[in-house]
This record gives sequence, C-alpha cells and structure tokens, in this order.
Amino acid sequence: MAEILIFPVGGVDDSITEFLALSLPETLKLPCKVSDSTISLEGAYDIVREQYYSTKLLERLLLHRAGADTKLLGVASVDLFIPPLSFVFGEAQFNNPAAIISIHRLHQRFYGLPEDASLLYHRCEKEAIHELGHCFGLIHCRDFRCVMYLSYSVEDIDLKSNGFCEKCHAVLRKKL
Amino acid sequence: MNNENVRILVVDDEPIVLKSLSEWFRDDGYAVGSASTGKEALAKLTEEDWDIFLLDVKMPGMSGLELQKKIKEVNPDAVIIIMTAFASVESAVEALKQGAYDYLTKPFDPEHVGHLIRNAVERKNLAAENVRLKKSLDESILAHDIIGGSGGMREVVEAVETVSKTDTSVLIRGESGTGKELVAKAIHANSRRRYMPMIILNCGALPEGILESELFGHEKGAFTGAQYRRKGKFEMADGGSLFLDEIGDISQKTQVNLLRVLEEKKIRRIGGEREIAVDFRLIAATNKNLEGSVESGLFRSDLYYRLNVFTIRIPPLRERRDDIPSLAEHFLRKYSQTTNKHIESIAPEALERMMNYPWPGNVRELENAIERAVVVCKSNAIQVGHLPMSTVETPRVSAEKTLDAVEREHIRSTLAETDWNISQAARFLNIDRVTLYRKIKKYNIKNP
Ligand SMILES: Nc1ncnc2c1ncn2[C@@H]1O[C@H](COP(=O)(O)OP(=O)(O)OP(=O)(O)O)[C@@H](O)[C@H]1O
Ligand SMILES: [Zn+2]
Ligand SMILES: [Zn+2]
Repeated sequence: MAEILIFPVGGVDDSITEFLALSLPETLKLPCKVSDSTISLEGAYDIVREQYYSTKLLERLLLHRAGADTKLLGVASVDLFIPPLSFVFGEAQFNNPAAIISIHRLHQRFYGLPEDASLLYHRCEKEAIHELGHCFGLIHCRDFRCVMYLSYSVEDIDLKSNGFCEKCHAVLRKKL
Repeated sequence: MNNENVRILVVDDEPIVLKSLSEWFRDDGYAVGSASTGKEALAKLTEEDWDIFLLDVKMPGMSGLELQKKIKEVNPDAVIIIMTAFASVESAVEALKQGAYDYLTKPFDPEHVGHLIRNAVERKNLAAENVRLKKSLDESILAHDIIGGSGGMREVVEAVETVSKTDTSVLIRGESGTGKELVAKAIHANSRRRYMPMIILNCGALPEGILESELFGHEKGAFTGAQYRRKGKFEMADGGSLFLDEIGDISQKTQVNLLRVLEEKKIRRIGGEREIAVDFRLIAATNKNLEGSVESGLFRSDLYYRLNVFTIRIPPLRERRDDIPSLAEHFLRKYSQTTNKHIESIAPEALERMMNYPWPGNVRELENAIERAVVVCKSNAIQVGHLPMSTVETPRVSAEKTLDAVEREHIRSTLAETDWNISQAARFLNIDRVTLYRKIKKYNIKNP
C-alpha cells in the first residue's frame, strides 16, 4: 500500500515529525507515519564546512525502502549541503522514493529573530511537501504561491502556500 | 521559452559535483548534460546544441579557460559560467576578460546560481514565456470573486474597480470576517501590479521589534544572532502590493517609520547603510475606530490622513442580510465540491434560521457554518439541525468535569466529525493547525 514513512535523521524534535505525520496526508492524500528507526549521521559530516552531506544521508535512507509505493522522508535538524552549493533546505530523488529536509535554517532563531514554533512547523511542512513532490516527479513551478516554487530563502518559503497549483496538482493526480 | 528548452552542459572532473548539479538543475526543469573532461565536452558540443555552460576552471588535460575558447569558436553566443575554488579567483577574472558571462566560487550560494541561470535564460529569450506566465496568472485571478448583490456590497465592488485603476493607498474598514482580505486581494488582482506578489502582514499579532524587522528586514550582524541578512516585507512587495492588516495596532514608533517609507519610497534595512528604493501599493485594514485613536493621541493624525485617501467600508453581514442566501449557496457549492458530496440545496427552515441569526463573526462565521453543515449532512439538503448555531449546547458539565476534559472531548468529537481532517477541524475549532496538533498531543487523542 502506498504510504509515507518519516525517519528522524540524527536527533530531531519528535513533535515536528509527529506534526508532519498528521498534516502531510491532507495534501498528499497518503497515509503517513513516523518510523521507529533513526537514520545515523555518522560519516556524513564535513569538518571544513561544518555541515552534513545530504546525498549520503539520502542513500542511507534508501536502505529502509519497504514497498514499491513507499516514500521515505528524512527529517534532520543539522545543516545540509550538496557539494557545490553552500547549503540546501532539502534534497530529493526525482521520481524516486527518498527525500530529506533540514530544519536547521527554518528556525527564526537562525536569522536572529525570536523563535516562532508555529511558523517553523509550517515551513517544515512546505519543504517536506516540496521534496516529496519531486519524488512524485514534479519539477519546480514558476508560480510563487505553489509549494513547488524553488525557495532560496525562508522569505520565499513563507510566501508560498502548502498546496500545489492547478498545474502541479494535475501532474500529481496522475501519479497518486 | 520553457526551462526544458534551455540546455545546460556542466563540465567538471569531480563526479559528485557533476551529479548533484545535474540533479539540481533537472529539478528546476532544465535539460542537463554533463562531461568530466574538456575533450568529452567538445564531443558533446558537436553532437547537440547547448545554451549555457558551467565550466570548472581546474581540470586535468584541457583547462576550463582553454575549453571556453574552443566553445566560443563554435558557438559565439554561448553563455559560459566559470566555476572556481576560492584560491583561483584570478583565473576567473581572466575568463571574464575572455567573454565568460560570470563566475561562481565553490561552494556557491544556491540563490546566487539560481539567479545567475535565470538571468542568463532571460537574456537569451523570454518574451514568449512571459506571455504564457501572465496568462496563467490571469486565469487564477478569476478565483477572487466577491459575492453580494446588496446595495452595500455593490458599492464595495464599485470602489474596488475604481481604486484598482489607480495607485493610491487604500484603507479597508470593517468588522472581523467581513472580507477585508478578500477585497484587498481583489484590488491587487485587478491592478497593473497583479503579476507581482501581494505581501500580507498582520500587524496586530506582532510585538514592535519584530514588526519592524519583518517590515524593514535586517543586515547580517544587525543585532545579536542576526547571522544572515533578511529581506523585509517592504522589499518583498516591490512592484506589487503590501497588505497590512490590523493597522490600528501598530506602535507610535512604527507609525513614524511607516509614514516615512510612504513619503520617501525608500527603506533602509535594520543595521544597514544603503537606501533601497521600494515601489508598492499600500492596502491597510482595520476593524478599530481609528478616529477615536487619533483623538486620544494613540494614532498619528498625519499617518491617518495618509492612509485615509481612499476608504472602503464593508458593512457587517447583519446589515446586508440579502447577501446571506447567495453567500450560503456559494459556500455550499464550494464545500460540496471539495468534499465530493452531492448536496444540492438548503432547506427553507435552515435558510430562515440563517437569515435571522446575527452573525457576529460575519462572512467567515457563515462560511464555517456551511462547511461544517456539509460535513455532517448525510442527505441532499442542508437542514436546520446541521447548522452549528442551532445546536443548543446542553451544559452537561458535571461538577467533576474539568475545563480540560470538556476541551478534550470537544476536540475529539470535532476530529471524528471531520475524519481527522486537520485543516477542517482547526477551522471549526477556530484555532491554528499547529495549536490543534499541540492539543491533540497534550490530551493524547488518537486517530482510531
Ligand atoms: N463577499 C464575499 N464573497 C465570498 N466570500 C467572502 C466574501 N466576504 C468574505 N468572504 C470569505 O470569508 C472569509 C473571511 O474573509 P476575510 O479573511 O477577507 O475577512 P477579514 O475581514 O479580512 O477578517 P479579519 O479582520 O478577521 O482578518 C474568507 O474565506 C473569504 O473568502
Ligand atoms: Zn525543489
Ligand atoms: Zn505549481
């Protein structure tokens, strides 16, 4: 049966993963639960960059692949990168089962502002839906209100909605 | 031009860079190719056409600079972007002299690459794409229609049409839930600014310091903990509209600053030196008696006059009961569609109940009532019993029942009613989804 499995990557506040498990089914129309296993961060740390190599964690996540229809979502609290880029909010495999997001740069605290838990949850949700959208074969969208819009900053994330525009929705419907 | 018609060739001897950049560009919809040596790149150059090249400066065999020269011989219009490590900026400068479009220092900021590529594409040819994008936005504008044939609402719609054609500030007055945000969106959607974003900020919810930072943004290091520069709403609204809700709640200091921005059309980020020009239309809204606040000195009169150039007053729903049937019909259609239910009508008694109810929460309350009725309705017509305001809550609260217990039970039953649809349940309970989630956790309510 098609479903979404959420994996904490390293230590993650479980209220975030639980919130995602509760809210993702609404948009993606798939059951979603938090897995009991955790993805280890071991060996993914880059000492010079002081960040974790996202692709390596994604590969590790894939080892937990269950059914053909299961999508795996890793949620990390550490900062992620892919080699040539200075950071990524997340990474996904196009048309494939695994995606990962980092909540590190989604905190208001990171930008020197007082923490806002509600905002953080909403940002996590949007980034999770965005990366899972890639797993379902969606590419970036030009509509800044669509969750598939490529966000370079949290301002962009806050501006977009947690849903798909008509066009992306139509593509998604065919896959679900 | 669609992204997929833009072809990018990445040339780098590091396989990891090739792989991750290719995937990253593919997610953005570009057609991507890769080569790990200059020789391989030249072979690809003869096989296919490419629009943009990303070349690593340092590669064994042929260097990025040599490759650039060869590419330019074959394709003088090629956009070439040089990638370099920190230490070799000099070779990048050399590349620029020889006609490279720009260079990137690894590791690069995703925003920077993104903009670079976008600008390069734009430079190549974008007229066709813009037409397409505008068309798709135009279609979505139709979504904001304002329902209401009453005299009061006809005046509102006329005012929206008039003011949309201008660029003046607008002040929208009306009780909570009367549709102030909807009217603001309609103004934006009908104005020449419609292709640019409309930025929404609720001023009432934020303490002064944060509101200022939200509006103005800040530079890196502006205060302890500000590790990154951040754009404010004024800048984000550039070219578009800025909707400030609950404008009556802002502090004296913010009033002064806002007035200055409106007059000078320039801002300075907190901790920043540079003046940044901003061009937005301000749409403000309030449900407060601003005149009273001006009189008591809480709201600056100069700002008041500045905002009050064009005012739209939305009457409360109880003063335009004629609109209730058409609004109810509208929401019935909306929610039967989203819930896939075939509910065709509203029973006369139910409609009468709605006509006689005072609707303190205005249209929002009406909308919630219909949404809820659609969820609980099992037949093809909404009955009085389906309306939330007709269920007289029998206070079964026995002495030992705590407030918590009552709340837990209410949340549990609402979740059951909505099949654990969190957004819907949160709306019925009139709380944020995150708050609902917290309460579910607090009371340990389980989805059966
Ligand atoms: N005339 C109308 N036609 C259709 N929908 C309406 C109308 N008026 C209000 N609504 C709907 O009612 C809901 C509440 O409206 P809106 O958020 O614009 O109110 P508001 O005055 O901004 O409220 P608040 O002051 O609490 O922010 C929205 O879902 C909106 O779409
Ligand atoms: Zn993406
Ligand atoms: Zn989209």
